[in-house]
Amino acid sequence: MADVRRVISILVENESSVLSRVSGLFAGRGYNIETLTVAPIPDTNRSRITIVTKGSKRVLEQITKQLHKLIPVYKVVEHEEMVEKEMVLVKFPIDEKLADIQALCQAYNGGIANVGADMIIGMVTDEPCRIKHFVEATKRYNPIEIVRGGVVAIER
Amino acid sequence: MKMSGARMVCEALIAEGVKTVFGYPGGAIMNVYDEIYKQDGFEHILNRHEQASVHAADGYARATGDVGVAMVTSGPGFTNAVTGLATAYMDSIPMVVISGQVPLSLIGTDGFQEIDAVGISRPCTKHNYLVRDIKDLPRILKEAFHIARSGRPGPVLVDIPKDITAQIGEFEYPKSVNIPSYKPTTKGNKRQIDKAVEAILKSKKPLLYVGGGVVLSNASDLVRKLANMGGIPAVETLMARGVMGADNPLLQGMLGMHGNYSSNMAMSETDLIISLGARFDDRVTGKLSEFAKYADIIHVDIDPANISKLVDVDYPIVGDVSIVLEKMIDGIEGKINPDRYSDWRDVLDKYDNLHPLSYEDSDEVIKPQWVIERVGELIGEDAVITSDVGQHQMWTAQHYPFDRPRQWINSGGLGTMGFGFPAAIGAKKGCPDKIVINFTGDGSILMNMQELVTASEYKIPVINIILNNNFLGMVRQWQSFFYDSRFAETDLSYQPDYKAVAEACGGIGYTVTTKEEFDKALKDAIEKNRVAFINVAVNRFENVLPMVPAGGALYNMILADKTKEK
Repeated sequence: MADVRRVISILVENESSVLSRVSGLFAGRGYNIETLTVAPIPDTNRSRITIVTKGSKRVLEQITKQLHKLIPVYKVVEHEEMVEKEMVLVKFPIDEKLADIQALCQAYNGGIANVGADMIIGMVTDEPCRIKHFVEATKRYNPIEIVRGGVVAIER
Repeated sequence: MKMSGARMVCEALIAEGVKTVFGYPGGAIMNVYDEIYKQDGFEHILNRHEQASVHAADGYARATGDVGVAMVTSGPGFTNAVTGLATAYMDSIPMVVISGQVPLSLIGTDGFQEIDAVGISRPCTKHNYLVRDIKDLPRILKEAFHIARSGRPGPVLVDIPKDITAQIGEFEYPKSVNIPSYKPTTKGNKRQIDKAVEAILKSKKPLLYVGGGVVLSNASDLVRKLANMGGIPAVETLMARGVMGADNPLLQGMLGMHGNYSSNMAMSETDLIISLGARFDDRVTGKLSEFAKYADIIHVDIDPANISKLVDVDYPIVGDVSIVLEKMIDGIEGKINPDRYSDWRDVLDKYDNLHPLSYEDSDEVIKPQWVIERVGELIGEDAVITSDVGQHQMWTAQHYPFDRPRQWINSGGLGTMGFGFPAAIGAKKGCPDKIVINFTGDGSILMNMQELVTASEYKIPVINIILNNNFLGMVRQWQSFFYDSRFAETDLSYQPDYKAVAEACGGIGYTVTTKEEFDKALKDAIEKNRVAFINVAVNRFENVLPMVPAGGALYNMILADKTKEK
């Protein structure tokens, strides 16, 4: 069976060991994590964990079922129709063409996040595949450091 | 009412109806032991190793169906308990293990006897807790018991720092549990059950595939009822021995790697598997692509993750086997009669006549299978049988005439050597009126032999029958079959004097080399009513047969012994 990419959204009780339960399950059962994002859900005692994973249909089904078995897990949403966004920060040397960098960031719905004495930081938030393209496009400007965030997603 | 955390632990155990706790004290759990000293609501058994405490609690749970309870200290006390937790986890045994932990202020500082118990036990418990506030302690204890026994049962660890057991807090034991994120499905989907019933009524060669979940759900009577209503043949997994009853003509036997011929052929030829509380383990299915090729599958399991995990299922039903079976039987009643599948049963009878489960007995040397059958003849259903892991375990599962569920206790999923003796101690505490016998080997028995002292001190008269072939037998068998008889580190000829060891620890020992001696020893051990070792010299090179080589198709069994060693 061919591997499929899937975004899984997990609603959990906001307690200290819950992330290790989720990530340990992936590690112990040999499931793959491409990105992982966690943050509390406002005005509740719950958190949302968003994981991008890859696997065969059977593996993806097992991931959902095994996650459900964890006691502090309320809900597992595994949906094809998700709106996904990912963020990336890129640090460039100040002697690169600043106008070009700014134009590039804007082309990907981003901008300049910070400018210092010897560097400039661009920021882009977009769909994961567009982030990949953006990162590729930055290469000609000799990026010093690239920091990608994990995917966050919401059901359409 | 105000009381210490330690006292809360005792009060909670009493409120849960716990009668026996198996454990071993140490620094971080001392506060709780001080309260155990002062109470008389439950008995505490001091095993001589934490692993044995957890196996004993496990054996108690398997024999009675109640939640087993063990108590250990932090650090090495806890790490010794891990094998016991994993054993119970793999076989879905309800258990609560309470461990001491270093005080909250020392957690994370590499304190004396500190270890991350919650981290280590996460993959081998159903759930675990580190108590961080005494206010949470009563709720956590209540939840631990609830989680252990509900849904798919399993072990739960409660790790309690020493300062929490010392603190004073308000104790009111909750009457009910509310965990919004934990609501196991038990009832089974009505439409799916109806469809399954239709499938059974259409089937020409149905087969009940009975697993350990039936024992856990106390559904044996219902399984027998369904089988009898339709004359539906049944096969049992290792964990389900006793469900159908040895004399039941519908029972083909045990299936899988060491299943008998007609059971494995039944599975290979059936057109409808009715799987009840079984999980298609690799030791059952053999090569997956060849497994039950002609069958549709009804899979009843309380754990949705078991369904379509390894084998695609046509009629998935998530629910408690008992509840689902009641509905299934309602749906089938009156629409089926016991003659319906007689052609199919005839086929299976022919298979059984062709290659019945058998062994070649001998007058010169005791055959291990003979010992097991002999105990079955002499004690039969008056016994609770435990075993360790290896050849003796398979022979017991094949040859003992199990008549009822919970009569057969063994480590199926994890395959833990050293399980049998402490589990027998737990089973005897749970079933004091039964004769408890542990079939073991000369490899396994050494792994928890210190329990002779426990059993002697508390007068727990379990009988250990050591089927002694001077080998780590099952590994030796694989070496004979698959490694050209290179017996790497499996020759156990260097042995202790088992009789002397038993007697040195306050038990009674027997050395047996003939059938007559065996009968006498068993009778004497039962009469003396003391913990016993019966060391039986058995045929060295006996193999467990039939055998499906690992990864082979279920219908390709090794039936005759062609190995050169005799």
